[in-house]
Amino acid sequence: MTSDAEIVAPGIGLPGGGEAEQERGLWQRAVGNIKSGNLGVLPVVLGEILIVAYFGFTATNFFTAGNFVNVILQMAGVTMIAYGVVFVLLLGEIDLSIGYLSGIAAVTAATMQLPDGRNYPGWLAILIGLAVVAVIGSAQGTVVAKVGVPSFVVTLAGLLIWQGVILQVLELRGVIIIETNWINYAATYYFSANVGWLIAAIITGAYALVELGGAIGQRRAGLSVRPWMPAIKLAGVAVACFGTVAICNHATRPAACPAGTPLTVNCTQSQGLPLAALLMLVFLVGLTFLAKRTTFGRHVYAVGGNAEAARRAGINVARVRILVFAISGIMAGVGGMVLAARLQSVNLQAGGGTLLLDSISAAVIGGVSLFGGRGEVRGALLGSLVIATVANGLNIGNYSTGTIYIVTGAILLFAVTLDSVARRLQERSGR
Amino acid sequence: MSDTPLLEIRDLSKTFGSVQALTDIDFEVRSGEVMALVGDNGAGKSTLIKCIAGIHGYDSGEIVFDGKPVTIHGPIDAAKLGIEVVYQDLALCDNLDVVQNMFLGRELRDFLFRLKEPAMEQRTGETLKGLRVTTIKSIRQTVATLSGGQRQSVAVARAVMWNSKLVILDEPTAALGVAQTEQVLELVRRLAEQGLAVVLISHNLHDIFETATRITVLRLGRNVGVYERSTTTQQEVVQAITAGVPTKVAGISEAAPEIVA
Repeated sequence: MTSDAEIVAPGIGLPGGGEAEQERGLWQRAVGNIKSGNLGVLPVVLGEILIVAYFGFTATNFFTAGNFVNVILQMAGVTMIAYGVVFVLLLGEIDLSIGYLSGIAAVTAATMQLPDGRNYPGWLAILIGLAVVAVIGSAQGTVVAKVGVPSFVVTLAGLLIWQGVILQVLELRGVIIIETNWINYAATYYFSANVGWLIAAIITGAYALVELGGAIGQRRAGLSVRPWMPAIKLAGVAVACFGTVAICNHATRPAACPAGTPLTVNCTQSQGLPLAALLMLVFLVGLTFLAKRTTFGRHVYAVGGNAEAARRAGINVARVRILVFAISGIMAGVGGMVLAARLQSVNLQAGGGTLLLDSISAAVIGGVSLFGGRGEVRGALLGSLVIATVANGLNIGNYSTGTIYIVTGAILLFAVTLDSVARRLQERSGR
Repeated sequence: MSDTPLLEIRDLSKTFGSVQALTDIDFEVRSGEVMALVGDNGAGKSTLIKCIAGIHGYDSGEIVFDGKPVTIHGPIDAAKLGIEVVYQDLALCDNLDVVQNMFLGRELRDFLFRLKEPAMEQRTGETLKGLRVTTIKSIRQTVATLSGGQRQSVAVARAVMWNSKLVILDEPTAALGVAQTEQVLELVRRLAEQGLAVVLISHNLHDIFETATRITVLRLGRNVGVYERSTTTQQEVVQAITAGVPTKVAGISEAAPEIVA
């Protein structure tokens, strides 16, 4: 699932170029891609492997099934927000308001579901929360796109404003308990073992169908089809899906003991695939589809690569920008609700702390360029995984919060340096 | 080559604030010919083509395309008429591949807004093949990895892919080496052979005398004259560009250009 194959795959050459010639060129082109700064997800995957290996050897209780599930739950909120960050970064813009926008969405939804308040059903509360941040996101995007104020300033103002709004709203209550499972299940529901297997099978099967459909389409258009590359990718997806479910099913968590059990006995129940993992995957697939397979996504890349070229090609650049800031707001809202679900409440700290920086770092560490036009949605998932793994490993190893910040910062600096070097290599390899 | 012009511009004027960029410009181009548009810096060449392409509006004047008066309010309007422009700075997205750039802003999609990649890939391949652009190894490589000549070829191919009738090339050889320049000029000639009307903007008189059928000279935002390539000399054109001396050319009726000097 995280293989670099997609980036290395050179696609189909001009008609007339022999198939055999292309096959031979594959490895060379892979090397060429790396030399010209087109690294894709390779660095972050290697980094994650190194980090897991390090903590696996040094920290006790790190390399366990239970901790694997922990990491999934810890990364879910940041991942959702980082998905939105990817789109903003692809435009070459920045959104600093996402941290507190996530808080705004969570606070709005929590307020709507209050039994002594409006008492709306959970799904309605969620929709209202997301609608609010979508509107805020588009408003900020409009100021950026139509008025021309730099996004840095607009969203910095947003950061302050929405933090202020959260403080005002929660001033009296301090904390709002969330009682609806529509929200809470995002971080607390686990699928049973068999349902987990079924989900893994469905995902793998769906992926196989999509790949097959693409190959048929290419053949129908008279283009050459290379059969083994999709096969390798399919195998990767299958291993990732079934592997994840297997580990999650193996994990156990503390549980309430049945009546009459002696106090000295620790009761556990088997855990299973968390709903949060499925949510991350659903949004990953949906947003990747949006970015890679639709005209809108294509236009996002185009505007990020060369806004003037996009404008001259007849693309409505302002509309693309506004929609992207709306997406950023909505994904921040989704992330905010996942985070609230973990606490089963919202408090004055909602959306604060290192949430904003973690989310942006996740996208950047995942290979999304700060200069716009380069990167993929899955980068957010991988970057967020790195950040969560580091925090989790250092926590287990009893390192201080300070150490976590320092290490995460160092990784971020490394990722940004890599991005800048890649960009320069790419420019040089141009003409 | 037909005798009636495909594009005819009459008395076009354009101001930027207090600056008079174009004054009563007349311009025409026929199908199957390469019309060179020359002039010194600030002569109004780029402004004129931006008016035709719908990038700028114009203050007054008339544009007749294919015998019908038209108004062009944006790049989409121009594209609908069959007017395509290849800009000096190419207007390609470096981060996108050849196919993606060819279809930029006009992607083929199905009813679910999904991109039809195989169809786009196929048509890109056919277009490049039709123009005998053979130096690009893979149409799935990003434009950033192409040479200047290859980029220019992609930009030109993009312009002709849309059944366009008029292709405007703004300084297509400015940044190219000798061999690549030759390659692009060859491409320009081929466009005219295929029956398209081509407008070529260039500073390089050598390029112009190698490709153009006729030459329109602008100076300080006004017409100087129109010259037949076969009957004029480089010297005459240079004089027109620098001094603005109008020269009557047999067989070509022209609005009497005003002399500014």
